[in-house]
Order: sequence, then C-alpha cells, then structure tokens
Amino acid sequence: MSETPEEPTGPRRVIGTPFPAPQAVDVLTEPEEVPFSAEPPAPKHAQNAERLVAALFVLAFLAGCGFIAAYVGLEVGQATLPKGANTVVAVLRSNLALGSSLAVALLALGTGSMIWVRHLTPDIEIEEERHDMNSAPADRAAFQKDFAEGAAMSQITKRPLLRRTMLLATAPLALAPLVLLRDLGPLPQTDLRHTVWKKGLRAVTLGGLRPLTPADISTPGSMITVIPEGYQDDPDALAKAGVILIKFEPGQLHVPTNYNGGTLVSTMNWTVDNIVAYSKICTHVGCPVALYEQTTHHILCPCHQSTFDAANGANVIFGPAARALPQLPLMVDSAGYLAASSDFTQPVGPSFWERG
Amino acid sequence: MNDAVKIPPAVSGVGGWLDDRFHGAKGVRVLLKKVFPDHWSFMLGEIALWSFVILLLTGTYLALFFNPSAADVVYHGSYTKLDGITMSQAYASTLDISFDVRGGLLMRQIHHWAAIMFTVALMAHMLRVFFTGAYRKPREINWLIGVGLFTMAMLEGLFGYSLPDDQLSGAGLRITEGVAQGIPIVGTYVSYFLFGGEFPGTAIIPRFYILHVFLIPGLILGLITAHLFIMFHQKHTQMPALGNTEKNVVGAPFFPYFLLKGQAWFFFIFGLLVVLATFAQINPIWLYGPYTPLAISSASQPDFYMGVLEGSLRMMPAWEINFLGHTLSLSVLIPALVPLGIIFTGAALWPFFEQWATGDRRFHNINDRPRNAPARTGVGVAAVCFYGILWAEGANDVLADQFQVPLYTITWIARVAIFVVPIGAYYVTKRICLGLQRKDANMLVHGVEIGIIRQLPNGEFVEEERPLTEAERAVIDSKQPIEALPAPGETDANGVPAPAARSPLGFARRIANRAFTETVEIPEGHGNGHGNGHGELGEGEHAAIGPAEDRRY
Repeated sequence: MSETPEEPTGPRRVIGTPFPAPQAVDVLTEPEEVPFSAEPPAPKHAQNAERLVAALFVLAFLAGCGFIAAYVGLEVGQATLPKGANTVVAVLRSNLALGSSLAVALLALGTGSMIWVRHLTPDIEIEEERHDMNSAPADRAAFQKDFAEGAAMSQITKRPLLRRTMLLATAPLALAPLVLLRDLGPLPQTDLRHTVWKKGLRAVTLGGLRPLTPADISTPGSMITVIPEGYQDDPDALAKAGVILIKFEPGQLHVPTNYNGGTLVSTMNWTVDNIVAYSKICTHVGCPVALYEQTTHHILCPCHQSTFDAANGANVIFGPAARALPQLPLMVDSAGYLAASSDFTQPVGPSFWERG
Repeated sequence: MNDAVKIPPAVSGVGGWLDDRFHGAKGVRVLLKKVFPDHWSFMLGEIALWSFVILLLTGTYLALFFNPSAADVVYHGSYTKLDGITMSQAYASTLDISFDVRGGLLMRQIHHWAAIMFTVALMAHMLRVFFTGAYRKPREINWLIGVGLFTMAMLEGLFGYSLPDDQLSGAGLRITEGVAQGIPIVGTYVSYFLFGGEFPGTAIIPRFYILHVFLIPGLILGLITAHLFIMFHQKHTQMPALGNTEKNVVGAPFFPYFLLKGQAWFFFIFGLLVVLATFAQINPIWLYGPYTPLAISSASQPDFYMGVLEGSLRMMPAWEINFLGHTLSLSVLIPALVPLGIIFTGAALWPFFEQWATGDRRFHNINDRPRNAPARTGVGVAAVCFYGILWAEGANDVLADQFQVPLYTITWIARVAIFVVPIGAYYVTKRICLGLQRKDANMLVHGVEIGIIRQLPNGEFVEEERPLTEAERAVIDSKQPIEALPAPGETDANGVPAPAARSPLGFARRIANRAFTETVEIPEGHGNGHGNGHGELGEGEHAAIGPAEDRRY
C-alpha cells in the first residue's frame, strides 16, 4: 500500500472545486551546490519586465520633478500670495499638486521595485541551518567558571559589608529623580473646592460678555453658557467656573436640591424667576456639558454621554457620572443683573480622593 | 568567476578600505546570505517599521516649524476666519504649518495618517504573532518588547494628538486631567504635577512636546532596534511547509531579494500614506478652533487607538464610593485601568501562562496553524471581541446617529456584550478550530475531493478524491501534540491524586491544560509525513462509505 497513485485523469477541473495538486518539489533532494546563475526565470519575459520597470522609474523621475515644480510654482500664505487671494484654496491646490506628484513618484518606485524583484531576479530558495539558542554545555560551564572567578576576584561574594553599603549608597540616589519631580507643580491645597464665583459677581455671556437680566432669558427651554464677569481671559478660572443657565416654564422646575457642605438642602431660593444655574463642568471627567434637549430637560455631556435632569436638580439619569451637577446660587444684583449669591457649595467637576 | 559577477574596482576599493578598518567581510557576508522566510503576514511588522520611519521624517520636519508654547497670541495669519482670535502659539504655529508653509499641510497629514498606520500595523502584527504562536520559546522576550512598543505607541499618539491645542485635543487633555484626579490618594497631586497646577495651565504643551519628540520616540527606536536584533539573532520563524523544519530556515537571501522587497514595500507604504494625506483630510484643526475650556462639539472622538479607553469610560455605570471623607471614583478608575490592564497584562503574561498550562518547554521555530491551537485561538478571538466592543462603544453617539438606535440602548448592549460576547467567541472559535482539525484528519485519510462524482456499478455515487501532495501533507502534519496532564481530580490506581495536582494552583493548571489539549487525533499511520493516504482506517469509522481504495477509479 505504498504506491503513490497517479494524478486523476478524469475530466477537467470543475469550477468551484480545488485546483489539481501542484507538483511536489522537495528542496531537500536538490543538489547541494547549485551552479551560479543570475538569469531570470524567463529571459524573454524579463525583457518586457525590464522595460516596464524602466518606464515606471522614468515616471517616478517625472513625478519627482513635478513635486519640485509644484513647490516652486504654487505659493501659499498671505505673505506671498497677491492681495485678496483665497489662502485656503491656495493651500488645497498646493496640497493636491504636491501630494499627487509625490504619491505617483513613490508608488511608481514601489511598483517598479516589486516587478524587478519578482520578474527579473532568478527564483531561488536557500536553506540555512538553525540551532537551538542554548549554548553548548561546555560553553555554559566555561562561562560559569569565568563569572564565578570574576565575582570572587571582585571580593563582592565574601565581603558583605561592601555589598550592603554599596546598595545603601544607591538607594537615595535612585530616589533623587523622583524628588526632583516635586517642583513640577504646586500642591493642590483646596483649589479644587473653590471657583472664582462669589457673592455679587455677575454672570456674563460667554460669547458677548454681556450681563443678563432675568428678562433677557425670556424663552423657556433655552440653555445659555455664562462666565464670571472679568474672567474671560483666564482659562484656569473658566475651566471650573463655567455655568449654564436654564429657564423653565412656571411649575416645570421641581424643587432642586443640592449639597451645602455635607447636607442636602432645598435650593429653590437659589433660582431666580425659574432660572436655574448649574456648573457646566461634567462631574465625570470634566468635559463641558454642552447639549440640552428642551423637551425632556436633559443635559447631555458629549464626551461620555452622562445625562442630567435639569428639572430635577441636574441629577444623573444615565451614564458614568456619579453626581449631580452642582448648582450655583443665583440672585439679582442692585442693577437688576443676574449674579452669584455665593460660590458653589461643593466642588465642581470630576471626583477626587479628598473630595469627600 | 564570469563577467556577471565581477565587482567594479571603485566598489571593491571602498569595500577593501572599509574591511581594512572593520574586518567586516566575513560578518557582512553572513548578512548578505541571511535567509528570510517569505509569507504575506510577515510583512505586517514591516508596515509598522516603515510607518515609524515616515513618522520620524515627517515629525522632524514639523518640529522645525511648530512652537510648543501655550503663551497667548492674537492671530493675524493666512486663515482669515480666525483673524483677531486669541490663541496659544502652539495652535497658531500649527495653523501656520497648514496655511503658510508649502507642503506643511501635506506633512501634517502624512504624519497623522502614518501614526494611525503605525498602530494599525502594530495590532495586525501582534495578532499574527499571537495566532501563529510565534511568541513561543525562544521568542518570549521579543513578544514582551512588542507589548511595550504597543503601549509606547498609544502614549506617543496621545501626546502628539494633544500638541496642536485645538478644541478636540484640549477635550482629550481635559479627560486626561479628570482621569488623573480619579486616582486614589495621589490623584490631585498627579494632576497638579502633570499640568503644573490647575487645568489647563501653560505647562502641559511644552511637557508633552518633549515627551512626544524626544523621550517616547527614543524609547520606541531603542525597542525597535532590540526587537530587530533579537529577530535577526534568533532567525525568523517560518510557516509550516514542505522542507521547513525546526532545524532550518528556508527562504530567499537578504541580498538582493529582501533588500529589493523591503525597498518596494517602503515606497508602497509611503505612497499610500501620501495618497491618504492628499485626498483624505485628517485632523483639520482650523475647523475645530483653538481650545477653550467651555466649548466642545458633539461626536468628539479620539484617534482610533484611544477609542478603547473612550469606550470603557462611556460604558461604565455611575459607581462611586464615599467612605471616611474620601471619594473613590470607580466610574473613572475601573474603565481607565481594567480593560487595558487586562489586555496588556494578559498579552505580556500569555506566553508564560501557556508554557505553564501546557508544560511545553520546547523550542518552536515553525509557526502553529491557528486551528491547531484551539484554546489559544479562542482566547485571541475573545480578546479581539473584547477590544472591539470597547472600541465600538467609544463611538456610541456616532453609531446611534448613523443607525438610528437610541444611545442608551447601544450602551446597554455594550455593557452586556462585553461579558457575553468574548466568552461565546471563545467557545465558538474553539469548536471551529476543532472542526477544521477534523477536516484535516479526514483529508489525511481520504485525500482531497476533486469535484468528480462517479457512479459505482451498484448504483452508489461517490465523489472522487486524490491523495494529498507532499506539500499539502507537510502543512497538515505540522501539528504538534501537547502532552496532557492528568485530568483535574484524576487519581491513580490507589485513589490518590498526583501530588502536584493537590494544590489549588495545580488544580487550576490541570483545568487550563485540558483546554489546551483538546484536540483531534491525527489518524494512525498518516502522521509524520510517512503516510500516503492509504493507512488503516479507524474501526468502523468509515465503514459506511466503503474502504478508500474502492472509491478511487
């Protein structure tokens, strides 16, 4: 039962079935020394391949020249373009010309190289011996001997005092780089517990820096972002002090509650004329809660979709945020403008260890 | 020596001059003749390598123009829509690179696309190495270097992505700050030291800049160099094929074949990246505007390789613990640490876990076919599903918008799927692998069906088969058996379990071992390349369709 059967000689291959078996070639039975030949497998075919590769390389040359020409010929930027020229169009034109010429040059070089190696070089396969990575036992033994002798000569094995004091000496030096990192920033202190809001500080619109009277927010259902007056150029302050104002129809706003210190208090008196103010900084990881759905009174954070119910003390109704948006106590100042009646009564933004 | 192999005197002169100084002829000759096995999947790592080279080239160019400063400047440049706006110098100089430097926009877009190509190629390469078991002894260290490279690549991407100080990159930094604050005990300190005080401050951009252009690329370059040297020294693995053994490496020599192919591949990848940079806009920072802490756009997605973290954050329910005046923000901590922790730690420990479970301490130079290691392949597919669900959840708002599915529904599906799908995928994949093994075993016995139906004199129809060729047989025969440990709880004749199996760890090892050793036996007399398709049949197994001999002609 050891005869290898002949190839089947039936009808031709049916479409959808495997190809007939390829002829098996055993590389191991090939003679050891193959006579050297640099001839490609099909010399006639190679002629055509050579022409094609050369043509591609010429194309790459031309495209490369085109790249330089596009660089020299197509100006960008208002400093060099004529007055009134469209700088955006100029950039797009330059990008298109530079990019397509560079792409053609690179792809032609790549294609040419690939045809070269596939059709112009002889098909050869060589075999290299491979050994397990472990050294011969004799080598290992010799290494061990040298290592042990070296260690003995260094005295480190028999003088523990030397060994231990050396380790001792390195310990503070290893810590030094960490110590040096201390001055990367100030200590947090109680910064995260406060914002710049204080009694009487007016709320102005983020865009126009305009103070608002309650009558300015006359349409119920709208959400306006406001910032403390005078802090528009202080991003560190704004990153904590951004506030959203939402106006409700009478009766829509449920009595909001908020933590004041550690206790939950009713905060209806923190609102003015059915306008409620919440921190705009998400209590999850601090993105601005910028999306508001009028019909459901849902505030949505676009980063991770924490959803807060604006009509119910901005309590979390979905998503990863664990706490309601802190509420800012509002009042109307003597000139009739909306202002804070105090700072937030709890830290705004993401949770942190010391928050409590 | 014929004319074709005569070296021109100029070249041999330089060669001789160098050899006088470096004694290099013998060593470099080894390099010329170095054998590189050929398989399409071996090119995946090379894509990452060339992408990194392109990242270095384009990144150096960008650094010539970029100003890593958070200092304010009023913009009066070429992008007139932002005229008169106060912005950081980082953002303004990125606008200048895009609108005032010829080729600057192209370089920026190549750089960004190359970063994405780099991470995609790293992932594809790692999956190839995993599924073919190429990380096995003696290559565990190179696998660990690879895991390190992947981590570095993610960090490098995050840092680079944060530099232009546009609206989107600032949102990423804000999330970074929020996550840092969520770390127990030291969170606020980490955040303050990282940002040099309160968010956003002015320190973070120059700090990320030096990490992005010096420290991390230096580490990546060092790790890549080590990765390649180790690969060179240990010689590349090869796919199972006729003539390929554990003791040889078969392929084309480095010079000229691999050199030419490498050159072609570099130009292809560079060309493809330039095509993308020319026709596919990426990170148009001028449309996002400069960063302000109170603005954000919907569908704020990071680059795809950070999507897995984004998805974990979105998926997490609102868990938070308050105790003894402290807050433990689990809804930040768990998604930030656990999923990537599972993936990276799992990947790093896997080769050692597999050795422990299988007891396999042999050298492996021939890659496994994924079907021949069902447990590993199953775990790999489970990991891909785990990662994929987190990644897709990172775009849940886009999915909700595109497919008109409620946002919360998608999140709830993801919350369930993250547990169910990987487990299901493991079992399904394992069954598929075993099915493929069964098919292989069948092919050894019966050969390959060639699509010809023949009617026997008794009226029976049979499909004709041809025996496997030597080449096909060599591939199927590459399967290596794994020795099974005694089953968990199995006892000897006296009812005493093996001493090593008594500890909980020993018991766990036996359970793992069972998963690894579930296999389909190669039929007797067909293995090891000695069979010819006509061996003894298993008792009664094939009786219903008649002996193989009868059914041929």
